[in-house]
Parts: sequence; structure tokens; C-alpha cells
Amino acid sequence: MTAEVKIQPIDDVIVLFSGDSGDGMQLAGNIFSTISATVGNSISTFPNYPADIRAPQGSLTGVSGFQVHVGADKVYTPGDRCDVLVAMNAAALKTQYGKAKPNATIIIDTDCFQKKDLEKAAFKTDDPLKEMGIDPDRVVACPITQMVKDCLADSGMDQKAMMKCRNMFALGLVCWLFSRDLDVAFNFLREKFAKKPAIAEANIKVIQAGYDYGHNTHSSAMNVYRIESKVKEPGTYMDITGNKATAYGFIAAAEKAGLRLYLGSYPITPATDVLHELAKHKSLGVTTVQCEDEIAGCASSVGAAFAGALAVTSTSGPGICLKSEAMNLAVIMELPLVVLDVQRGGPATGLPTKSEQTDLLQVLFGRNGESPMPVMAALSPTDCFDAAYEASKMALEHMTPVVLLTDAYVANGSGAFKLPDLAQYPAINPPYVPEEMKGTWTPYMRDEKTGARYWAVPGREGFEHVLGGLEKDNETGAISTNPENHELMTRLRQEKVDRIQVPDLEVAGDKDDADLLIVGFGSTFGHLRAAMNELRAAGKKVAHAQFKYINPLPANTAEVLKKYPKVVVAEQNMGQLAAFLRMKVNGFVPEQYNQVKGQPFVVNELVAAFNDILNK
Amino acid sequence: MAYTAQDFKKGQPRWCPGCGDHFFLASLHKAMAEIGVPPYQTAVISGIGCSSRLPHYMATYGMNTIHGRAAAIATGCKVANPDLTVWQISGDGDGLAIGGNHFIHANRRNINLNMILLNNRIYGLTKGQYSPTSPRGFVSKSSPYGTVEDPFRPAELCFGARGHFFARAVATDAPATIEVLKAAYRHQGASVCEILQNCVIFNNGAYDSVYSKEGRAKNAIYVEHGKPLIFGENREYGLVQEGFGLKVVKIGENGITEQDILVHDAHCEDNTLQLKLAMMEGPDFPIALGVIRDVAAPTYDGAVEQQIEEVKAKKPYHTFAELLKTNDTWTIE
Repeated sequence: MTAEVKIQPIDDVIVLFSGDSGDGMQLAGNIFSTISATVGNSISTFPNYPADIRAPQGSLTGVSGFQVHVGADKVYTPGDRCDVLVAMNAAALKTQYGKAKPNATIIIDTDCFQKKDLEKAAFKTDDPLKEMGIDPDRVVACPITQMVKDCLADSGMDQKAMMKCRNMFALGLVCWLFSRDLDVAFNFLREKFAKKPAIAEANIKVIQAGYDYGHNTHSSAMNVYRIESKVKEPGTYMDITGNKATAYGFIAAAEKAGLRLYLGSYPITPATDVLHELAKHKSLGVTTVQCEDEIAGCASSVGAAFAGALAVTSTSGPGICLKSEAMNLAVIMELPLVVLDVQRGGPATGLPTKSEQTDLLQVLFGRNGESPMPVMAALSPTDCFDAAYEASKMALEHMTPVVLLTDAYVANGSGAFKLPDLAQYPAINPPYVPEEMKGTWTPYMRDEKTGARYWAVPGREGFEHVLGGLEKDNETGAISTNPENHELMTRLRQEKVDRIQVPDLEVAGDKDDADLLIVGFGSTFGHLRAAMNELRAAGKKVAHAQFKYINPLPANTAEVLKKYPKVVVAEQNMGQLAAFLRMKVNGFVPEQYNQVKGQPFVVNELVAAFNDILNK
Repeated sequence: MAYTAQDFKKGQPRWCPGCGDHFFLASLHKAMAEIGVPPYQTAVISGIGCSSRLPHYMATYGMNTIHGRAAAIATGCKVANPDLTVWQISGDGDGLAIGGNHFIHANRRNINLNMILLNNRIYGLTKGQYSPTSPRGFVSKSSPYGTVEDPFRPAELCFGARGHFFARAVATDAPATIEVLKAAYRHQGASVCEILQNCVIFNNGAYDSVYSKEGRAKNAIYVEHGKPLIFGENREYGLVQEGFGLKVVKIGENGITEQDILVHDAHCEDNTLQLKLAMMEGPDFPIALGVIRDVAAPTYDGAVEQQIEEVKAKKPYHTFAELLKTNDTWTIE
């Protein structure tokens, strides 16, 4: 660092890397977040992919973004608006500028702001900054493409390969801006391109060039910042996306339970990465079957559950529509099954790459007959691990299908994940039928405490039995249409779900004297917690409770909801959790905050809305 | 341990008296006893329909699941637990209408399942609607003026899905049914057995020409790998190839001798002639019974196990803790 540049300490920064789909923005963002996490900063990331299959290069619909929030303190969300916007072409600036704070630093590749680029991005003049009202002093205009070419002139790489390194120049510049140590980036690249060392070295050279450019020019628009870490929890960490954490949770649960992990699935955005991740791990005996359709994905998993596996099926909302039939079969056959629903915008095909929480009522009620099914929702990318583990444990120990809700936001977002020690996780003990019951056992005999029926896995002599989709006699297990028996079985299935013990709802903030309780479920945890923190920082009495367990609800639900003068249920749907809570808690009449834009909540908007409620 | 049919029997079937399913069930019990896989290592999985009640009459593990999904459920069962011998039981509605997609994909993947298709060309449980195997013009409750659609031919679907095993038997023909079932078990991969089965209530007489022993002697041909394709009450007819098709000839006429008769090759990779055999129908041709196609091919479930072993040998991580270490990590002191 040269003496003229003063390093200013800051608490947090939000960087949005944006460019064409092929520009490698996600890789640049990932490396930046990893470097930051390495020094103990808290991180949260969120990618924003275009929905187009392969939009034309440089077009507005082809822009892809990756937002990284780095903080000295705990950060809960990828952040609302960014402090630094990297725009690799004109289209990126056009579409992403609205996501930048008014005083944000903007880094652009001037080589991709030529006449044709401006035309593709629908600029009307040849001065895009003026046209958008951007103060040129805030812009670091840098001929990135040319400098990358110059930097790699001797590398022997072709033009196309060189262009793939542009993202690293931008990353180098951002690393200089936040005085990041480049060694971590170098190691990351050497590992990623272990089989192509020439590519790794080219990328490294370009990062260094970007860093040096910042260092040598330290343009007037740029100050150099440092984000110190205030809370450091010792441990070994990795950066993990929600989908990967979910996959890891299933692997961990299967290992703990001593069962084979079976995934029956059909590719669907935004859930497919779970299939991709699990398909890699045959060395752990993980079996994935990419089925002919969603129906078979779930149906084959029911078959695998019968055969004695930890059976999982993964999908998004449209897939749940098709799986509901086989999910119901698992309900009546009382077999363990985890159904992962990575929610996206609906109805129908809806907004495949965008995030919503609109499947809640579908998974709770979208089946024929009385069909009780436990439902959970993961709170954050890293919480997906615990949630998947717990959903598996619940399914196996209570002999029931369990729905785990995540969504595009939590599935694609990432956070620093402290490597779990499986030995510290609770044991998973499915109710296998005891050997001494041979001769007297029938399929619907139940564990007294949980109400779960015993599990007799095929292969055990003396426990041959037939299950099925037709109602069965509670005592003999034979097909029965007896009216009393049907009602009994219906109540037993309900009671089994009701008896599942879930942790109490935790209240954060002003838990004793809040004027407003903020309530949400699943992936909105971070935004709602951040909103509560801001309101409290402004002197308001506010508390926050986030549901992870939705069916059954925590035992203290009614007590918590009735304790505060005002309660707002905030969710990314038209009020599905609010409806469910009204149904479950007598006399509960909440305020509602509903947003269905396919985008994560914006903390500032939440704060404004909650202030309005407080002031009413 | 030697088993008897009794070891596989359970309960009292509820099918209509005279239903072809009774005959088939008895043959299945006998075939399983002869095969000798213990009941506790056997899973019988059906969908919904009259014939899908069958698992309830088996002393094995079993599931009578939901309409059309038997093949998909059986797939998961077999892949998750390859030690089990899995039988999938479906009717023509279950297997070829609502479950048609799963039927073709189980064949394409070559899951090691014994797939029984009890074909009575009618919907019995819902009381008499036409099925996807009912002939064009078929009059039923849902087609009072006759159907205006062509039926599936199960063999054609199986072959079109690149199936490697197809056999056919008449439900009342116990010895041949048992042989077909044993061959299906021996075949490693998806083994489709079409059982011609008469519904006495809603489609009585659908298979009259071959339902009796006498009828079969006249109107059917038992095909056997490596044997000439000869049939008739006095074994006086044979099949020869003519142009792109098959032709019935009389042995002893026009200088035809047994040497001229086509020899059945169930193991031939090319299914052209096997399909021609399977598609034969009266009155000009005999109906082919027995194992029509039986070609060895890698099974899906076998390949999964093999891949697991290969990847285990190749990759250094075999536990969750080891998997975690394959990621880029950092440590905060």
C-alpha cells in the first residue's frame, strides 16, 4: 500500500459483480466472499441469474449478478443496495445501477461500452453515465478488456480464453479497494484449476494486474477500506450454498442412521443443484436416480423407503403438484420420506429462477383426504444443513413423509459454514420392529411414545407384510373399509404428527416489552432479523420470532403470538403463514406484510412498513 | 431350503369367480417356489386395479400402491435394495395408460424387475371402460358407439423402449405361465411378461381362441429359443420368412420340409423378427406364446452398484467427515 492512500475502517460493504452470463461473475464473487470470510468477516451472498436460456451476449436480458455482503459484525442478508457495483458491460450498468446506493463506487470496463454495446443495452446516446445521471467522479472507468489482453499477451492463450479472465481483473481491483490479501484467491484458483495449471496462473496474473492497477492509479473515486472482524468464532469454515448444505445434511443424516441415501429426482430450477451435488458422492454410497418425471422421482423414493433407505425426493413447486400423489402414499403407508421443495415464483411455470414462499399451503394441505405431514423451513443457506438433517431424523424416527421448504434465495445464496462435527449431532433411531415381536407383529403396531408404526425392512424373515394405498385395519393390517377403523386410522396418523417434539419458538429483541413482534418463516429470517435490529437501533421496542417448524407448530406458539400488542406476519406470499396461524391460534389477528416480487425482502422497505404499523 | 407354493400363499383372493387372475396367481406361487428365492427376500409391487390386488395374496413383502406408479415404485425399491427380487404387477390400465411412461422407462433403463402385465383389455375395477389395449371400435360403457382409437400392443411398446425381455402366456395355461415366469426371473433386467387374462364380467371371451388347451393347439405357437417355429394340432404348420414379413406354411406341401422352417432366436440383439412374432394374430397367424425376446444387457441397478464400487476405489473420501475436507476451507483461531 502506498503512503498516499489512507485505509479507512468500515463495518460492512456490499459488492455487486455484474456482467454477461458468461463473464464469470459468480466465480469473482465467490472468491471475494471466501477471502473476506478467511479473515473472519461475516459473509452472505446471493446470485441473480437471468431466466433466459442463453440470452444474446451483451443484451439486457443476459445480465447476471452476484452480490456479496461482507461485515465486521454478523450479516444476515446479502444486503439491499450495493456500495460497489462492478459492471462488465453496458447492459450490466443499465440493469444493475438501480441496485446501487446513490454514493456507490462503480467500476466499468470501458472496452465494453463501445457503440455496439450501448446499442445492445438500449442506450440512446453515446454517454451512458450522463444518460443515467451518474456522477463520473464515482466511476472507475477502466479498459479492462485491453489490459487483460496486454497482461496475457505472452501466455499463448487464444482470444476467447483470455476474455474469460476479465472477471479476475475486476476482482483484483475490488480486492485492492478493500485491502484484501490475494494469497487466498491464488490458492482458491490453483485448487479450482488443479488440472489446468496454465489457466490458474493466467487468472492469478490477471488478479494481480487488477490489484496493481488500483494500487498504481488509486483513482480519485476510490478510497481503500478495511473491514475488521468484531466477532470471531473459532473453527474451520467453508463457503456453502443452501442447496449444497441441504445435500450435505442428507448425506450426514444417512451416515448417522447407517442407511443408504436414495434420491429420486427430476431436474427443476432452482432445486437441481441438490441432485448435482448428491450425484457426485457415489464414494459415500449415495444413490441418485434421475427419473422420467417428478411423479417417478417421488414414487421411486417411496419404493426406496420401503426397501430400507433414507429416501429423499427434491423439487420445486411445480414438482410438488405432481409428487403430491406419491407423498400421500407415503402418508398412508407411514414410510419415512423427505420431500425437499426449493420454492420458486408461481403459479404454473411462473418465475423459475426467482424466489417466493408460495408453496406453504400446498405442502400443508395440497393432497386428497386427511393427510397430515410435518413441514419445516430452513432459515438460511447454512441452516439448510441442520434443517435437512432434522427433517431426515424426523421422517425416520416418526415414520412419516416430511416436507423441507427452502427457496431460490436460500438455495443459491451462500454463507460461511462452520464444518460440523457429526459426532455432536443427535443419533437417529428409526423404530425398527424388535426381533422378539416376530410372530405377533402386524404392520400398524406403534411405538407407544411417538405413535410411529414399527419399520420392518424387506429382507427380515418373519416380518413379511403388504402395505398399500388402501386404508388398512389397525390391528391386522388387512384392507379395511370399516367406518370406525378408518376414523381411528385417520386420528392415529394425525396424532403421530402432532406428537412430534419441535423446539420452542425463540423470540429475539425486546422479548418482554416489544410493541411489535415480527413473525416470518424460513428464509426471510435474515431480512426480518436485520429489520428488527435497525428498528431497535432507532429506539423502537421490537421483537422477532421466525418459524422453522410449521407443522407441528412449536408448543409455545399461541403464547408468543398473544404476548405482544401488535404482531406482523411478513412473508413472500399473499399471507399463507398468517392464514395457517389464524387457523391454529384462536383469536389471532395479525398485521400482514406481503411481497410477491420474486425478489428477497429489502430491509429498508421492511423497516418503513414496520414503522408504519408501530405508528398506527 | 426348498419352498412350496404354499409358502408364498396368503389370504383369500377376492376376484370374481372365473377371473384369469386366479389362474395367474396360482402359477406365480408355483413359479416362486420353484425359483426358490425366500419370501422375505421377495417384494411384489402393484399399482391399482383388479390385478393389482395380487400382493395381498402373497406371503412375501409387498405393496399395493397407487394407480400407474408400480414400475416407478419398484424401480426405487430395487435400486435402493438390489438384494431383493422384485416383481411388479400391473394391469393394462395401470401399466400402459396411467403408467405408460414408467413402463417404457423401466424397460429403457433395464431395471432388474419382473414386470407382469395382466392384459384383459378392459377396465374391470371401474366397471367396464375400454383400456389402451382394447381394439378399435370396441364397445364399452365409455365408448357406447365403439372406440375411435387404436390400441397399444404391449410387445411393440416394450421393444420400442429398447426392452430386452418379452414373453407371453395365457393365464389358464399354468405350465407355460410358470416357465415364462421362471425365464423372467432368470433374465437380468426388465422382464416383461404379458399375461392374456380373461375378464369374465366386462370383456368375456377376449381370448377365446387361445384360452383352452384345444384352442391353443390350433391358434397358438409356443416359441422356444433354438427350436423351429412349428405349430398346429399335428405340428403340421411352420413359419418362414417372406419378404419383410413372416408367412405360415404347411410342412409337406410345395416341397416344404422342417428344414425350411425359421428357427426361433430369442437372444438375437436385432428385435425385428421377434417383433414380427409378437405381433402375429389370428385368424391368419397363430398367437405367439413363450419367451419371444431374451437378450442379455447390463442392468441399471447392477451398473449403479458397480459405479459405486468404482468411485469408492477411485475417490479418497468415504465418510461425511472426509467429504467436508474436500472443500476449500479456512480456519479462524
